[in-house]
Amino acid sequence: MKYWRVPLDLDEVQVTRGVVHIIEDRCKGCGYCIEYCSRGVLEFSKEFNKNGYHPPRVKAEDCLNCHYCELLCPEFAIFSTELVAETAV
Amino acid sequence: MGKPALKEVIPESHPHPLEDLVRMDRIPHIWCSGCGTGSIFTACLTAMKNTGIDYNDFAMVSGIGCSGRGAGYINIDSFHTTHGRAIPFATGIKMAKPETNVIVFSGDGDLFAIGGNHFIHAARRNMDITVICVNNFIYGMTGGQAAATTPHNARSSTTMGGNPESPFNLPLLAYAAGATYVARWTMLHSRDLTDSIEEAINHKGFSFIEALSPCPINYGRRNKEKPLDSLKLYHDRTIIKNNADPGELAIDFRKKVILGKFVDVEKPCHDEEYGRMYLGETNE
Ligand SMILES: Cc1ncc(C[n+]2csc(CCOP(=O)(O)OP(=O)(O)O)c2C)c(N)n1
Ligand code: SF4
Ligand code: SF4
Ligand code: SF4
Ligand SMILES: [Mg+2]
Repeated sequence: MKYWRVPLDLDEVQVTRGVVHIIEDRCKGCGYCIEYCSRGVLEFSKEFNKNGYHPPRVKAEDCLNCHYCELLCPEFAIFSTELVAETAV
Repeated sequence: MGKPALKEVIPESHPHPLEDLVRMDRIPHIWCSGCGTGSIFTACLTAMKNTGIDYNDFAMVSGIGCSGRGAGYINIDSFHTTHGRAIPFATGIKMAKPETNVIVFSGDGDLFAIGGNHFIHAARRNMDITVICVNNFIYGMTGGQAAATTPHNARSSTTMGGNPESPFNLPLLAYAAGATYVARWTMLHSRDLTDSIEEAINHKGFSFIEALSPCPINYGRRNKEKPLDSLKLYHDRTIIKNNADPGELAIDFRKKVILGKFVDVEKPCHDEEYGRMYLGETNE
């Protein structure tokens, strides 16, 4: 993950990490999730889905599990889940 | 210091966290690519979920229009009424079963043109319902005719040379009529919108939330606004000003459009007053 200024306690802080899940065939290709993900995680895929739209695909594994794409998507086509440290479970 | 390995937590049995609230057999919905209605609907469902209230204690009512399809997609008790009549139907549910959290999800045309009178009287009575208006400045479903919310000068299928009229300032109208909770957000402000809907559901009294939304097909196309252009306006040309004077809230994207929560007051609501005066109920 890139930082604008590296925090001094970077070693101790556990940054929330997430995984973004895309339900490709539900997507209508509006691109809102791609444009407004603050981490730039997504990009349009070159492939078409079954309805002829280009769904998003993961470009950078930088998801913060902020759920913003999940709330913004008009199609219930994208959501995120948390990656938790194995020692914490 | 080494960091522990990360493990993904996938919600069990839920492909998407809202699937329990959506009639999935009707998905994909009718809303066009880039239509903001689906985003506002998602915010509404998320807010309902966040309240923790039993789904059986909710009812959703919509009128006619693209946004009016909302009631048909939610997987709880819901009713898709005739054009403009969502609020009187919701009033009926509330009076028959006052413990129900009644949400009206409908469009600007439905709620403020044909249904305008119902809106002002439900607000005046402080009817304890939550009204969410998808304001896309247009009659989307019928081909983009000018609405009571179409901006001055904007082009529509009935104002090809620009709209000579001026639109309603909806939060001012709601406030003047007696609404006890009034807010405005855009579909891009999904987090604020969701929190606001949750607050409005929990608010006792008439709550009104205006949610600005792109209609790329019937508004954007005639006004040189691509879907992402509309979102850029929502991002660049808005300012959050809670408690702003409702008189300042006219929408003009050449100036900054004010978002936020403008009214949140307590006043006895209609079912309480009716129960006290006619059914011998005591207010707890
Ligand atoms: C009594 C009656 N008059 C007119 C119509 C035609 N009609 C259907 S939807 C609509 C306007 C809907 O506009 P809005 O509420 O803004 O919804 P949108 O489609 O923009 O989401 C009109 C005039 C109708 N269905 N019934
Ligand atoms: S959850 Fe947040 S960080 Fe992850 S992809 Fe969606 S918007 Fe980007
Ligand atoms: S917001 Fe939803 S519909 Fe739009 S591109 Fe992303 S996944 Fe597809
Ligand atoms: S016509 Fe407009 S309001 Fe209706 S679904 Fe399409 S974009 Fe949305
Ligand atoms: Mg409309």
